[in-house]
Amino acid sequence: MAAPGLSAYLVLAALVFAIGLFGVLTRRNAVGILLGIELMLNAVNINLVAFARFEADLAGLIFTLFVIAITVAEVGVGLAIVIAIFRVRRTVDADQLNLLKG
Amino acid sequence: MTLTALAVLGLPFASFAAIALVRPLRQAGRLAGWLSIAAIACAFLGALVVWGSAPGTEALWGWIPGDEEPMVTVGVLLDDLSAAMLVLVTLVSLLVQVYSLAYLADEPAPSLGRYYAYQSLFAFSMLGLVLSPTFVQMFVFWELVGLCSYLLIGYWYDRPSAARAAVKAFWITKLGDVGFILGIVLLWGATGTFEFSELFELARSGQIPLAGLSLTMFLIYLGAVGKSAQFPLHVWLPDAMEGPTPVSALIHAATMVTAGVFMVTRTMPLFELVPGVLTLIAWVGAFTALLAATMACVESDIKRVLAYSTVSQLGYMMAAAGAGASAAAFFHLGTHGVFKALLFLGAGAVIHAVGTNDIFRMGGLFRMLPRTGTVFVIATLALAGVWPFAGFFSKEAVLAGVLHGHLAGPFVLLALTAFLTAFYMFRVVFIAFFGRPHDVHAHPHEAPPLMAVPLWILAGLTVGIGLRFVVHPLEGEHGPSWLAPLSLGLAAAGFVLAWATYQVRVVSAAMLAALFGPIDYMARRRYGLDALYAGLYRAFILGFSRLVGWVDRYLVDGVLNVLSAWTLRGGDVLRRMQSGQPQDYVYGVAFGVLLLFVWAQFWR
Repeated sequence: MAAPGLSAYLVLAALVFAIGLFGVLTRRNAVGILLGIELMLNAVNINLVAFARFEADLAGLIFTLFVIAITVAEVGVGLAIVIAIFRVRRTVDADQLNLLKG
Repeated sequence: MTLTALAVLGLPFASFAAIALVRPLRQAGRLAGWLSIAAIACAFLGALVVWGSAPGTEALWGWIPGDEEPMVTVGVLLDDLSAAMLVLVTLVSLLVQVYSLAYLADEPAPSLGRYYAYQSLFAFSMLGLVLSPTFVQMFVFWELVGLCSYLLIGYWYDRPSAARAAVKAFWITKLGDVGFILGIVLLWGATGTFEFSELFELARSGQIPLAGLSLTMFLIYLGAVGKSAQFPLHVWLPDAMEGPTPVSALIHAATMVTAGVFMVTRTMPLFELVPGVLTLIAWVGAFTALLAATMACVESDIKRVLAYSTVSQLGYMMAAAGAGASAAAFFHLGTHGVFKALLFLGAGAVIHAVGTNDIFRMGGLFRMLPRTGTVFVIATLALAGVWPFAGFFSKEAVLAGVLHGHLAGPFVLLALTAFLTAFYMFRVVFIAFFGRPHDVHAHPHEAPPLMAVPLWILAGLTVGIGLRFVVHPLEGEHGPSWLAPLSLGLAAAGFVLAWATYQVRVVSAAMLAALFGPIDYMARRRYGLDALYAGLYRAFILGFSRLVGWVDRYLVDGVLNVLSAWTLRGGDVLRRMQSGQPQDYVYGVAFGVLLLFVWAQFWR
């Protein structure tokens, strides 16, 4: 069995991105939305690593390291916000959080 | 001589600047008054020196630079005309200022300081106007005179009527001034110079293009119509009585109203090129004289009677100027300046004593105020043109000049005015000074010395000028032999009618009024001119304002209101798109990105 080509990785990344986006758009729980964002970011990571591998360019790997680091920070801040909201509103349902409604 | 003239001009200005700028001096009131009086007294002496030296010099300095020589010059033009005016202006200003010190003794000190600052500025402006060798300088001082009259008429600015009268005087004279400056510019366009001497030289050699000159000179004459209160712009002058009485004396005798006559006299060589305009000036002058005289006959305010008589006498001067007898016009200007100042200051003394302007609330004053009464009667005789007082000679010169100019119509009007003048002046004298006292318990006091001395000086001059011409008859133009008896007869007839009506009461005043029903009716309503101006004002200015207001309120504001309403409604619709759910926005972003992909894939 031949090793999978670049397009296989890209398709995988696109699928993961789409699943993540679907999660972000449809989940009503704020934690679920954060999980969706994680999926989308990791889809991008797959892209970057795949291109780094097939184009023999280390820049993609370095980018990926940055993205992982930032993702960790983002999850930390995001979950902290979610907990803060939960303390005030007693809910993390995105439908209830509509203070910006026009 | 030029230096002396400059000193005469500069002294009142220096005193004005000192009083206006040095606050403690202004606050001191009487001290400021004495400073102003000292300055004008020195100016008077200087004017006498200039007058006595038979002047005839001109000094010019460049003002606004031009290509080769200055475009506009300023300077001092000294001839017999300006020298005589200098003496008249400084003399009357001096006496009025001395008189004011007593008349306005009850004023608060800062107001008095302000008053003397205005007085000094007024004297300066008028002297500058008189000395002007160019039209531009004359116009500048002309406007300064207008400003000062505004300030002094509105001296009691907390009285609404005084404030209104001041504004009225300012605006009505400005109406004429628009014509004046247009005329000056048109004349400059035709000749390229503002200087009188050059203009007269051009006029003498016939180098001024005659085309359009009539219009130009008519416009310049309009300035004099406003300033010298000629029909139909005379309406400001009776209202100007709202100022203090010495101010009225100053405005009516030496400054302001004489400026118009002086200007016409000064520029006579130019007016002589356009006989049509001169004839118009004569007719308007004569008509003004008669119209104002009829209004004076029905007025019961002593100052307003005098105001109308000033308008009337200005009509005389203008008629003489229009007939080409500018010397007679100027002669009458001088004598009138003296005895009209006397009349106003006398009336001021009466008002000061009894506290009312209404002649019907006076009566029997001659017994209570014999000295004031005497000088008032002297001035009345002079104004009525009785021999041997000053007014007789100047009035005869005017009538002779008008007759010599073959202006029969104006002559008849002026003769009729002479009769009316005697009538209305003796009407005042008989009602206010003779007849039954209105209030027997009142004890009016004679004028204090500061007021009495100017009165006696002016009375002495009124008699003295007359006697001088009895001894040395006037050389120059003389009327036919029947002229003097005619004018004396008219004056006597006016006197007799006033005597019969208001003293012995064999003729009833009501019957006289009924006899001249329409004239009486119209004169009491000032011939509807004030109403006409008010109506015009209402029709044009207010109508136009209303139109502009409508445009602003409904068109301009309407467009803005529609725009803002659409913005509001649009915002209300767009507001609904904002759900406040970040997921909805992300959905929009994702959908947009998808559309971009599709576009990039298939249509690019």
